[in-house]
Amino acid sequence: MTDLALIGPILAAMFAAATPLLFAALGELVVEKSGVLNLGVEGMMLVGAVCGFAVTVQTGSATTGFLVAALAGAATASLFAVLTLFLLANQVATGLALTLFGVGLSALIGQGFVGIPLDGLPKLYIPGLTDLPVVGQAVFGQDVMVYLAVAAVPLVHLFLYRTRVGLVLRAVGENHTAAHALGYKVLRIRFLAVLFGGAMAGLGGAFLSMDYTPMWAENMTSGRGWIALALVVFATWKPARAMLGAWLFGGVTILQLHVQGLGIDVPSQLLSMLPYLATVLVLVLISRDVARIRLNAPACLGKLFHPDA
Amino acid sequence: MSFIRLEPRGQASKTMVYVTPLLAVALTLLSGFILFMAMGFDPLKALYAFFVAPLTSVRGLGELVVKATPLVLCAVGLAIGFRANVWNIGAEGQLTLGAITGGGLALAFYGEGGWWLLPLMVIGGAIGGAAWAAVPAYLRLRFNASEILTSLMLNYVALLLLNYLVHGPYRDPDGFAFPESRLFEADATLPILWAGTRVHLGALFALLAVAGGWLLIARTFIGFQIKVIGLTPAAAGYAGFDQKRIVWLTLLLSGALAGIAGMGEIAGPIGQITASISPGYGYTAIIVAFLGRLHPVGILLAALLMALSFIGGEAAQIAMGLPKAITGVFQGMLLFFLLASDVLIRYRVRFGARRAVA
Repeated sequence: MTDLALIGPILAAMFAAATPLLFAALGELVVEKSGVLNLGVEGMMLVGAVCGFAVTVQTGSATTGFLVAALAGAATASLFAVLTLFLLANQVATGLALTLFGVGLSALIGQGFVGIPLDGLPKLYIPGLTDLPVVGQAVFGQDVMVYLAVAAVPLVHLFLYRTRVGLVLRAVGENHTAAHALGYKVLRIRFLAVLFGGAMAGLGGAFLSMDYTPMWAENMTSGRGWIALALVVFATWKPARAMLGAWLFGGVTILQLHVQGLGIDVPSQLLSMLPYLATVLVLVLISRDVARIRLNAPACLGKLFHPDA
Repeated sequence: MSFIRLEPRGQASKTMVYVTPLLAVALTLLSGFILFMAMGFDPLKALYAFFVAPLTSVRGLGELVVKATPLVLCAVGLAIGFRANVWNIGAEGQLTLGAITGGGLALAFYGEGGWWLLPLMVIGGAIGGAAWAAVPAYLRLRFNASEILTSLMLNYVALLLLNYLVHGPYRDPDGFAFPESRLFEADATLPILWAGTRVHLGALFALLAVAGGWLLIARTFIGFQIKVIGLTPAAAGYAGFDQKRIVWLTLLLSGALAGIAGMGEIAGPIGQITASISPGYGYTAIIVAFLGRLHPVGILLAALLMALSFIGGEAAQIAMGLPKAITGVFQGMLLFFLLASDVLIRYRVRFGARRAVA
């Protein structure tokens, strides 16, 4: 019976572990749908994480913290947007630069905040429902950010596939020349998409530093931004699949923590490799189907656009 | 239309190729000035402590070469790949693997070494790094998986592997359970080239890599193929160039060079295997490659500058209590400014509204 009692907390932890990935992946999905490849997710998450944390410590308000984190993520993303959209810099190189810059900047901002604990967010409690065995805590006992991330999935889907702006955004990502000829503002749409991606990455990072492990440490995202990038490919640019992917990785992260608890003696470092190896594995599994990737990837992904050229 | 416009040049400006890195450095220094001021430090004193003071002693100059060595080795390999649109960003992991395999040999032959041990460690380090880079190469060619993401994921795996080894199999049996290996014997340590500093034989490897990288790109048919694939993949296809072979070659080569860099760190300045053997050389090497214009000689100069940012960060921390994280900010800013000013190579900046063509 102990196994059953364990499943509840494990499921709950899995959804929490998936949340930062889900935020970042949904943001990047919209960015890539508009035809831009921003490899700077890791950097934007870190800046969001440290800014959200610092503001929460100073104001005591987690709401302000998350808002600032989203703004900070968007501000960092705007650097990328200006460089790639208006100064026509290579997107791969600029994305890498954004990550390197974000790592340094977040470490600089966060130097005074190392070792300060934070409370984290209050968890939902509905008498009866939250007490349900197995699923109670996982479904009815999370905090507001976990629910927000899940709610963002249908919202992003509706935006992309059921609104006019979403249609234009996808058109820009598929064929920027045609969209431009039709009079759509390619650069403006991409700029806003990149800002949205930055804000979502910022929220994902802030969830880590303010809630999941409520403290600041240098490089604390430890590759989650890159895993989010892989998730977008894994999801073949579909929001619902991104959610499944995030849960899968949340599961792998949690599994790694519980394997030793189950009495299996594997060095912790080798277990910590699991999320990274799993990322490589799912990338391989999804990418081998070249036709499927080609069918789903935005046709202008990563290509530069100059309105006068 | 808008007040400031970009007008495409008929031909890429040769002058700007050399001007923009200098412009980027100048803009970074200017931003550093503002940043230091905002943080409440005397900006001139801080910039002096960061960028000038480390160069005023023989020891400082030696450290510059010591830090530039792994950067050059990694960046020369990366640049060759970048030229062929092979985005290996796993140099950090490949460097780590080189340290694991090269250093493993030093431990395996502990107490029974000879003149042959160092050459063996170099080869072992190169093979370790190349093997680690072979994984993204294979996954890209066989399964179409992005080498950007796979090579990066393997960085984390390599660091965890190193961490496991120094806590387990590699740990010094007489070392009170510290996560470190034994100190290497003289047979497994790279000789010092410049008395009074820590400059070791690896610096010579770096120079050889520069020369070899230049020969490969500028003087061989393979180098020509690499350039064509990078500039116009379609043309390379029509010419019948074997693109798969180039992906293999560039990744294995850059992996091997990064592996040698890692081996050079543990057999040089560190002298043993520890859990942290690199302050991010593999990542900084990406900046070095771009700042050096993907050209081996440019890379040599860029590596010296980035090495200065590492030792400058340490020196300024000691002298003025500046946070060490500033090094990363400077490095990131420099790459940003470079990418931004590179627009001048292919475009002219025009002010004023566009005149209507009558």
